Amino acid sequence: MQARLIEILAEVAATARTPIDLSGEPAVLLMVGVNGTGKTTTIGKIAWHLSKEFGLSVVLAAGDTYRAAAAEQLAEWAHRAGAELVRSEEGADPGAVAYDAVEAARARDADVVIVDTAGRLHTQSNLMDELAKVRRVIAKQLPGAPHETLLSIDATTGQNGLRQAKVFAEAAEVDGVVLTKLDGTAKGGIVLAIADDLGIPVKLIGTGETLEDLRPFDPTDFANALLSEG
Amino acid sequence: MQSQFPKLSLVFDQLSDRLQATLSDVRSRGKLSESDVDAAMREIRLALLEADVNFKVVKSFTATLKERCLGADVLGSLDPGQQVIKIVNEELTGLMGGTGSELAFASSGPTVILMAGLQGSGKTTACAKLARFLREAGRKDVALAACDVYRPAAVEQLVTVGGRVGAHVYEQGTEADPVEIAAWALERAKEERRDVLIVDTAGRLHVDRELMDELARIRKRIKPHDVLLVVDAMTGQDAVGVAESFAEAAEFDGVVMSKLDGDARGGAALSVKAVTGKPILFASTGEKLEAFDRFHPDRMASRILGMGDMLSLIEKAEQQIDEKQALDLEQKLKKNQFTLEDMLQQMRQVRKMGPISGILGMLPGMGAMKQLKNADVDEGQLDRVEAIILSMTPEERANPALIKGSRRKRIANGSGTKVQHVNQLVKQFDQMRKMMRHVASGKMPDPQQLAQMGQPRPRRVRR
Repeated sequence: MQARLIEILAEVAATARTPIDLSGEPAVLLMVGVNGTGKTTTIGKIAWHLSKEFGLSVVLAAGDTYRAAAAEQLAEWAHRAGAELVRSEEGADPGAVAYDAVEAARARDADVVIVDTAGRLHTQSNLMDELAKVRRVIAKQLPGAPHETLLSIDATTGQNGLRQAKVFAEAAEVDGVVLTKLDGTAKGGIVLAIADDLGIPVKLIGTGETLEDLRPFDPTDFANALLSEG
Repeated sequence: MQSQFPKLSLVFDQLSDRLQATLSDVRSRGKLSESDVDAAMREIRLALLEADVNFKVVKSFTATLKERCLGADVLGSLDPGQQVIKIVNEELTGLMGGTGSELAFASSGPTVILMAGLQGSGKTTACAKLARFLREAGRKDVALAACDVYRPAAVEQLVTVGGRVGAHVYEQGTEADPVEIAAWALERAKEERRDVLIVDTAGRLHVDRELMDELARIRKRIKPHDVLLVVDAMTGQDAVGVAESFAEAAEFDGVVMSKLDGDARGGAALSVKAVTGKPILFASTGEKLEAFDRFHPDRMASRILGMGDMLSLIEKAEQQIDEKQALDLEQKLKKNQFTLEDMLQQMRQVRKMGPISGILGMLPGMGAMKQLKNADVDEGQLDRVEAIILSMTPEERANPALIKGSRRKRIANGSGTKVQHVNQLVKQFDQMRKMMRHVASGKMPDPQQLAQMGQPRPRRVRR
């Protein structure tokens, strides 16, 4: 019974699974999500993996020009991951930062650009419009980009996670979810609803604060954990 | 000052809708049977579960509710529906923490407030917002201590936002031990005779024993007067476990509910008090540092039930509106001498109270008016109206009838708008004046007419 249930849940969780698309030249990743869900940290981890494990050259774009010291935070991660950082001053246009980063990556023949964005609640329509604009700026500059738009969802999020995914998907065409903070007691069951209702798969999971704490999503492991006690 | 309420309505809307639908059904009957009460309870239970309220909390809440509703004084009363609403209101208030609780302040020396919470719950922002709030409330000299040495650039962030709210920030970079930084900051705050010291800490998972232990050590070392737990309003069923763990390690006294401007249904808010017994003291409701206020459970319960929040509205109005100006205005209204200049002043005063959508949400009955609820009031349109009036000469403002052909063009050019915008404003102003004549003569305007006036014109939210 339990085994069958795990199978069913894993099947739902495995909806439309595709690996992260790195075929672009450069491949452009756009990171979006609500405040405090772990966008910047996730970018640091992705950059580290791409650069240290796959030997790719990575450019990070500090597109969170709103929150105080967000660019400094990303700079630290860029430093740890050995990635290059493109930034502007606080309050600058995030679209312009993304533009500069893609430009810089092309000039230097870098493999991957990861664009950070400011956290925003999905209910703020003006900020969601801004996100759509950042996407357009990138697409105009490099047809087909961003190749991968990732939405970070905090595992502790309740029913609201589905709304978040829906609205972000409308504004920014989300390709996959990064489920963060899975090292707590929260199991992130809401991603099942996201996969089932919206067909957006989980691609990565975040399980801690060090650079290595990022893994590809495994539906069976996830289903197992969901049904385990405690 | 921006209130917690403008956008809070969003959080509780769905819950509120369901409760209201259920209760209006009960309200319409003269008499109430036990099965009526059962049906209402079932609806309430579902509404609360859908809102992420912890299932144990839901169970005990509806049990208490039912018991009270079946009491003789309800079933036997002339208006049982009203009684049920009154009871639901009281119980909801109780569930969220009873009448407003207060921070504890030191009798001498600095009041020390320790902030704790999970990663990304919004502690650093809440620190700055709280500092600003306390300064506005008369605690002049508020300092912050930067004890998050783990997250990259957390110290820089606190220094920046602290600077924006005029709070001194004690920091020792990221090499020192957080317990030592906290103790050192407290010494400095005492020496420098600060009124309040707010201690920011790193976000930590409640299952991380090492960091939870660090939090307990900070707490023992600096003996805070208040420990506040910052909880993300979007948290699901996990909120209760988190709150329990933090209660153990940090013995927190109250909760700051963050990101309440989203559309999460607020289940965390409803559960935390019930499980830990600690009240929600503050609500953080927006991107701006002013978007932070006291949390009033009683007023929130009224709002959930669609009874409006006149108390908050009146408080806001009192803060912003100058009594003499109000008297002047009243005279003008009576004599029908209201001008565009007056309208500009009024508009500015009202806007000082916060976003228009929030003010509408506080009015009784407005929650039920669907067209207003879905209206995303365009603040930009108000900016345009201001610009147009500012491009008029004093004579034109006093007597809009003067505004014809070339004047219209000049005003449109001056304000960067179009001639039809100017026309629209003049027309709307005319309507408004007509209506004011009615009000001044003692007749209440028809609410339908009010809604149609369209100043500002409600815009459907794109979904």
